[in-house]
Amino acid sequence: MSETPNKKTPGKRPRRRLSRQEESRRRLLRGGVVTAFILALQPLATWVSEKLGIQRLRPPGALEEATFLGACIKCGQCVQVCPVEAIRLADLDDGLGHGAPFIEPRDQACDFSCDALSCILACPTGALSHAIGAKEEVAIGVAELTRPEACRARRGRGFRGAARGRKFRGRLRYEEVDRWIPQPVKDHEYDAPLCDLCVRECPIGATALRLEPLADGRGATPVVGDACVGCGVCEMICPEEPTCIEIIPAVAGGVA
Amino acid sequence: MSLLADFKVMLGRAPEKPKTRTDEAEVLHGRKRGKGGVNIALLLEEIAQAQEVHTWRNRRWAVLIGINLLFTLSFFLDIQILEGSLTASRVLGFHMADIYSSFLVMLADKHVAVNLVIGMVTVFLLWGLVGGRAFCSWVCPYHLVAEWAEMLHLRLAKQNWVADHVIHRGVRVVFWVLFALLALVTGHALFLTLNPIGILSRALVYGPSLALLWVGMLLVFEVVYSRRAWCRYVCPIGLTYGVLGVFAPVRMRYHLEACAHEGECRKVCEVPHVLDLTIKGRASKAHMDIGPDCTRCGLCVDICPTNSLTYEVKGLDRIL
Repeated sequence: MSETPNKKTPGKRPRRRLSRQEESRRRLLRGGVVTAFILALQPLATWVSEKLGIQRLRPPGALEEATFLGACIKCGQCVQVCPVEAIRLADLDDGLGHGAPFIEPRDQACDFSCDALSCILACPTGALSHAIGAKEEVAIGVAELTRPEACRARRGRGFRGAARGRKFRGRLRYEEVDRWIPQPVKDHEYDAPLCDLCVRECPIGATALRLEPLADGRGATPVVGDACVGCGVCEMICPEEPTCIEIIPAVAGGVA
Repeated sequence: MSLLADFKVMLGRAPEKPKTRTDEAEVLHGRKRGKGGVNIALLLEEIAQAQEVHTWRNRRWAVLIGINLLFTLSFFLDIQILEGSLTASRVLGFHMADIYSSFLVMLADKHVAVNLVIGMVTVFLLWGLVGGRAFCSWVCPYHLVAEWAEMLHLRLAKQNWVADHVIHRGVRVVFWVLFALLALVTGHALFLTLNPIGILSRALVYGPSLALLWVGMLLVFEVVYSRRAWCRYVCPIGLTYGVLGVFAPVRMRYHLEACAHEGECRKVCEVPHVLDLTIKGRASKAHMDIGPDCTRCGLCVDICPTNSLTYEVKGLDRIL
């Protein structure tokens, strides 16, 4: 009962009441300040995206980076349809790229388990372009042997065991195990006299990645071909730590 | 008030006093001169009782949480009923797309995406029918957390620890235009980076993110400085839905006769300017529709001790 609307509570306010004109001027002024603050976030967000210079690998079919970021509505439907959960959404520290999808192939590569490029089909805006219809047309990036000195094949070494250890959470389609359901990489035993894991698991085949014998007669080196789509399976499966082969983002964007 | 006047109020105009009143309204107003036969003690008791009524609020919270949970569960359990998030989604496979977000993406990309247009039309029809800003109070997850922040704000304000700093409502229109211009000129939709609805909706589906800190900052601003600031003064999505709701059949209706004009409804309202007609002497007719900026949240229905505000579906009585 004490807080009835009609009862005037004794004013604790030290300040005098503003006239109607003063109050409306202040309302406008606050509006201006709030507008200026939010507008200042545009250069800040741009600065964050450029300064940090994060070069993300985008899902299959992604338009050229700047266009892609503008065209993406940040709904995450591509994340939902990926059978191996290779696609993640960027956080606020990506600046204007916040909420846009990317792939971190070392953790989980796009292995085309879906066959149909589901992410492109799920995209409502065309930021992942419907212009491509087969995995061979994808251009996420290009594989590059960034640490040739550590490559087991080049050193003439084999590989036995689970490619990335028993704790690795990535999955891959092993057709000989199951045609449809991607299997955990940690459960798959390899036994290669000469390490060829990247070449063996490449979803595209020899036109994208092949082993060429070295002159020393012992080792061989992975050679990236024109057909490489940048899916990142080689980067994910490389048993060396850190990886010897990496995907470099496509300069021209995600469409071949 | 005419539709046009209501529309101007939504864009930021201060509500005006009516120039003419119907005879019926004149009679009803006349009855209220002086004490108007109102039993003050009884009224105060009814007001106190109404503070405990939360019927519509509870229904609304249940719907809001239910819809957002459906997004989460569709992904986690892979039941695929409601996929995506609130910026763009698929309901049982059908496209839905937030109109303003889609508009920005098209401006930024300079390309009309067919699926987005389909999604926009679906949303346009659905919310044009259900009542525009009903989206805000019945679906938007930011609305819910802002409602909790508002409770805290009001509690602190009662102690005189914080005070509400009102901002000119016209800035919401300025933001609507600016965000669109920025998208057009820079090719990036800044709004989609800042949009707390998208951030919360994605966090609920795809897990927490750093961006929640930004949402937290907005809430702190609302608690300590300006009540419901984002929804009232910034959100272009809310304004877009407001425009959608201009002709919506689902709306709130005001009945002059029993109204005691004590103003409890305006105190709980997110957009109190739509309830200006409940001020003594302001109503021009005996029964009046509440303007399109109304979020159809029903807090006023719960709080009104005289049932002078009700939900209404226009034309329903003619159909039934």
